[in-house]
Amino acid sequence: MLLNARTDTEVKLPLLPSIAGLSVAGAVARAAFFTPLEARQGAAQKIFYIHVPAAWVAFMAFFLVAIASGVYLWLRDHRLDQFAESSAEVGVIFTTVVLITGPLWARPIWGTWWAWWDVRLVSTLFLWFIYVSYIVLRGAVESPGLRARYSAILGILGALLIPFIHLSVYLFSTMHPMPIVGKPSKPSLPSEMLVTLLLSLGAFTLLYFAFVRSRYRYAVERDAAAAGAPSYA
Amino acid sequence: MAEILFTAWLIARKDLTIEFRTRSAFFSAVVFALLALVIFYYAWDPTAVTPTDLAPGIMWVIFTFSGLLGLHRSFGVEAADHAIDGLLASPVSRESIFLGKAIANLIFVAAVQVIAIPALVLFYNVPLGGIAGPLVAIAILAAIGLVTVGTLFSAMAVNTRLAELLLPMLALPFFVPVVMAAAQATAKLLSGRPLIEAAAWIKLLLAFDIVFVAACSLAFPFTVED
Repeated sequence: MLLNARTDTEVKLPLLPSIAGLSVAGAVARAAFFTPLEARQGAAQKIFYIHVPAAWVAFMAFFLVAIASGVYLWLRDHRLDQFAESSAEVGVIFTTVVLITGPLWARPIWGTWWAWWDVRLVSTLFLWFIYVSYIVLRGAVESPGLRARYSAILGILGALLIPFIHLSVYLFSTMHPMPIVGKPSKPSLPSEMLVTLLLSLGAFTLLYFAFVRSRYRYAVERDAAAAGAPSYA
Repeated sequence: MAEILFTAWLIARKDLTIEFRTRSAFFSAVVFALLALVIFYYAWDPTAVTPTDLAPGIMWVIFTFSGLLGLHRSFGVEAADHAIDGLLASPVSRESIFLGKAIANLIFVAAVQVIAIPALVLFYNVPLGGIAGPLVAIAILAAIGLVTVGTLFSAMAVNTRLAELLLPMLALPFFVPVVMAAAQATAKLLSGRPLIEAAAWIKLLLAFDIVFVAACSLAFPFTVED
């Protein structure tokens, strides 16, 4: 099964990385040049179009890690483990983007780089901690079967922890802007800004899949080369 | 259920006997806690922040780190001479092993607290007397959370190349809500606020314990299968 894993899972979309790259460039260009300035925040608000999509992708990445981890412990299909490994690494990259753009945006608007009372910023920091240690854990276990089980456990527990981090920081109260995108009555985000945000979300999601696919292919090749013969227990 | 609890107690007693006869981890944890109390005292300007304001935070940070010393030993002792294989081969369920290890760690952490809390009262001149009852409840709830997650990660960390270096990295993010809730609740009580103001934090501790006792007991068998 290991030897034909590659042909099983090969997705024939050779242009995905280029399409994803161009979409992100397009979304950034639209955000920078073709979307009106926000009245009070001015140009600083433009970082919204990177910050929010990166956060969306980071949360999606770790959600998928938790799902893949749970299903791995059930089915023991090593492709799920390879996917979780790939998604976690890509998720850490996007989380790093959130953690860099967050303070950059907070400084001019809130007057402070870091806000410990902000639920989402602190939760994101903890996602970063958990999944960096997830990557370190993977690197510290030799046996592939053990590595897969340990990291699956951490992948699941990490997802369980986030609500608790969220709740405990919430008890400190929040000054984060309340979501104004998905209000059922009437989105208070002007439509040009909403379209730019949605385009940016789509572009970042494509970029996530392009990254994960490359990383997943690397994991498959590496394991095939290291195994020679299947070593998954 | 009684069977699981009984075998769990046997395993806890085994670990506690080893610890009682060697006393290596216990003494290092207690001395660590006392030294940390001293270091923290001098790390702040006492004219800017009163020791009473610092005490809850310091108390919980110290318990967390001294607890890690005992947690690492929990499965560290099983690694010597592959003792874990004997434990796994014995007719004892995985749940009992996990529960037994966790109970031994809970007693370890509680024993450190029994020495460190009076030391805190002494060194920091903190009036803990009036809030002893609620404080014990908070300490037990918090210790259960710390120990459950810590025991699971101890079982994992011992089989990695990084061993004791990995345990704090894995466990500390999970300790944050517990330490935050315990310290905030302790601070509320210490500043003379009614218990109801700490209720949200205590509920958080309780929810954490329920979720992670369930999750870690379910996860543990996966860490020791061959």
